[in-house]
Amino acid sequence: MSNQDTEKQEFNITVYTENQIGLLNRIAIIFTRRKINIDSLNTSPSEIESIHRFNIVITESEDVVRKLCRQIEKQVEVLKAYYHTNEDVIWQELALYKVSTEVIAEKVSVERLLRENGARAVVIRKDYTVFETTGHREETDNLINILQPFGLIEFVRSARVAIIKDSEGFNAKIREFERLEPGEDVIENEFLNDGDKVFTM
Amino acid sequence: MEAVQETISAKPIVEIIPEPVESKVLSGSEALLDALLIEGVDIIFGYPGGAIMPIYDALFDYKEKLNHILVRHEQGGIHAGQGYARTSGKVGVVFATSGPGATNLVTGLADAQIDSTPLVCITGQVFAHLLGTDAFQETDVINITTPVTKWNYQVTDANEIPEVIAKAFYIARSGRPGPVLVDITKNAQIQKFDYKGYTPCKHIRSYRPKPIVRPKYLQEAAELINQAKKPFVIWGQGVILGSAEQEFKAFIEKSGIPSAWTILGAGAIPTDHPLSVGMLGMHGNYGPNVLTNECDVLIAIGMRFDDRVTGRLDKYAKQAKVIHLDIDPAEIDKNVKTTVPVWGDCKETLPMLTALVEEKTHTEWLAKFTEYMRQEVAEVIQNELNPTTAELTMGEVIRELNELTHGEAVIVSDVGQHQMVACRYAKLNKTRSNITSGGLGTMGFALPAAIGAKFGALDRPVVAIIGDGGFQMTLQELGTIMQTGIDVKIIILNNRFLGMVRQWQELFNQRRYSFVDIESPDFVKLASAYGIAGKMVDDRKNLAGALKEMMENKGAFVLEVMVTKENNVFPMVPQGCSVSEIRLK
Repeated sequence: MSNQDTEKQEFNITVYTENQIGLLNRIAIIFTRRKINIDSLNTSPSEIESIHRFNIVITESEDVVRKLCRQIEKQVEVLKAYYHTNEDVIWQELALYKVSTEVIAEKVSVERLLRENGARAVVIRKDYTVFETTGHREETDNLINILQPFGLIEFVRSARVAIIKDSEGFNAKIREFERLEPGEDVIENEFLNDGDKVFTM
Repeated sequence: MEAVQETISAKPIVEIIPEPVESKVLSGSEALLDALLIEGVDIIFGYPGGAIMPIYDALFDYKEKLNHILVRHEQGGIHAGQGYARTSGKVGVVFATSGPGATNLVTGLADAQIDSTPLVCITGQVFAHLLGTDAFQETDVINITTPVTKWNYQVTDANEIPEVIAKAFYIARSGRPGPVLVDITKNAQIQKFDYKGYTPCKHIRSYRPKPIVRPKYLQEAAELINQAKKPFVIWGQGVILGSAEQEFKAFIEKSGIPSAWTILGAGAIPTDHPLSVGMLGMHGNYGPNVLTNECDVLIAIGMRFDDRVTGRLDKYAKQAKVIHLDIDPAEIDKNVKTTVPVWGDCKETLPMLTALVEEKTHTEWLAKFTEYMRQEVAEVIQNELNPTTAELTMGEVIRELNELTHGEAVIVSDVGQHQMVACRYAKLNKTRSNITSGGLGTMGFALPAAIGAKFGALDRPVVAIIGDGGFQMTLQELGTIMQTGIDVKIIILNNRFLGMVRQWQELFNQRRYSFVDIESPDFVKLASAYGIAGKMVDDRKNLAGALKEMMENKGAFVLEVMVTKENNVFPMVPQGCSVSEIRLK
């Protein structure tokens, strides 16, 4: 087993699923059973109706992640599970910052700082203003530090969403599942027909 | 290309419903029972209670068609369902009520999950409007059972029942089988709805029960096998679950490869088949364990490299190229790194592989197994099966039993020393003959499982072999035997110890016998209280006669055999050791 296989790093797991109650739990326990912490989890409807997409971030070795993905894909209501390193994906987190409008109005520098950090105002009220920014963890963290001296009222950050760089045909693949629904044809499992790409043998 | 397009366009986008099905108004409960009948269910193991009463009320009108076995505890119900599924090859069906009824199923679900046993369990649940209110007998059954089911679902509306039950059966029996639980709220059981008939499920878009077979890997596998000098087949329950016994036999007979079985694979081919070299694992045979670390190509068929089979993984078959045939892609590379993975149902892959392998015999290599067996017989088996000591051994009971069953019986064993002895020495001629709790090691499994096993194989004798400890875990099921009159033979091998734990304490804990000394009631009197015939034997000269009496008795029989207190099961691969470090004493 190569070093790459056993060294821990951040992995982005992408899972396409049916939209069904209890499935989140079914997927979550695959991690908790092995005492693996989920660093970030996002689930939302995908581009295909009634199919959801999970983005899960964990820090583990590739060997473990590969096995986890197979366990995830084994679940009846899971269509596909893929894993990628940070280099293989483009990812973002969304952050919202609430600050006092009064402070901003008084201190022009705050607005400048926000602009510099790519933040934009979502809501401006008399009493407070909500800014939004997206970026990697360090970037959104950075703005917290910047805003802290100006009386940051509230902060929230989303889970990570990630787009896979090498994802040609993903959408088509998922659509194929839908098209085949009434049929009985057994189509190939991604692990099987694309073995070289998904993992090495 | 065009042809492909044609077939696609020929397929209607929305399936046309063939005929306007005559709909009728049914209750959810009636729709459930209707579904069971269409799925070919003829027996249910269950126990009623408040939240499942509407289903039981409907069952009253179905009792001619659906045989309901009233067990004495829900755990007994689910183990019976497992036993039934294992001997019949059909899906076992279990009913239980909400709350404690459902939680009592959990051990059986975990057992069925790890041993890939197809079950559909129906649990009652409180009214939907009471969910989450801590109502009487309300438990979050879905979340409790999620880790131990292949699939589960909560029904809160009767309209869902036909589709959900169809999915439940399809999922339970297809691919790698497993237990499914459907939790039905009481309102859905009562609710009248427009029933449009039942359509068995054949496809779920997100579910691929069988991976497509890739000829490329079959060819690679065949090449490895054809070049091998010391090939070794290890097979598991996948051969039985896939009904591939004939295909398996054809494969090993053509390739001439010595083959050993995991505990759940036992009986897929007759135990006395010349290429069957014995059992794998911690208490398996000497040769199969040692030679795992000498073979050049290891061909694993429908087995999952459990730690009890592999011993220490980093010293397991490191010299060998590994070919792994399995229906479950998650098993490939899970424990043992595979050289060639052959995904697929072995009923399909084995004949393809057989066609590609050369006809061979491996006489010298096979002789090595024989030589190890000779040593094992001299050191272990002779003393176990034909002891010269005054006290009886477990092994000689099995030997005497073999004389009577001629390998035709279903052997149901519990968990512990007697299980290892039974699985090592029982003669099995037919598939689906060895019913035991392999993966989970559930003490108390055998008595209820034997009841189910008998219902699943009414034309075969069923003999349960149980220890004095395990028997006392589910002995209430004697009541089920009494009430149903089912003909189950029960042998209690009584060593007045929790023997396997005691063996470990002797070998690894300096004989500090911590809470393994177990007292038992008079089992014969106990059986008698249930109206079941029984006998106790503590003398060799009475053993054969008592066994004969048991087998010839019309109806159930409890035979208690007093065996040596401190016998150990050998050979043994101590925990943390490699399979080649197996000890004969």
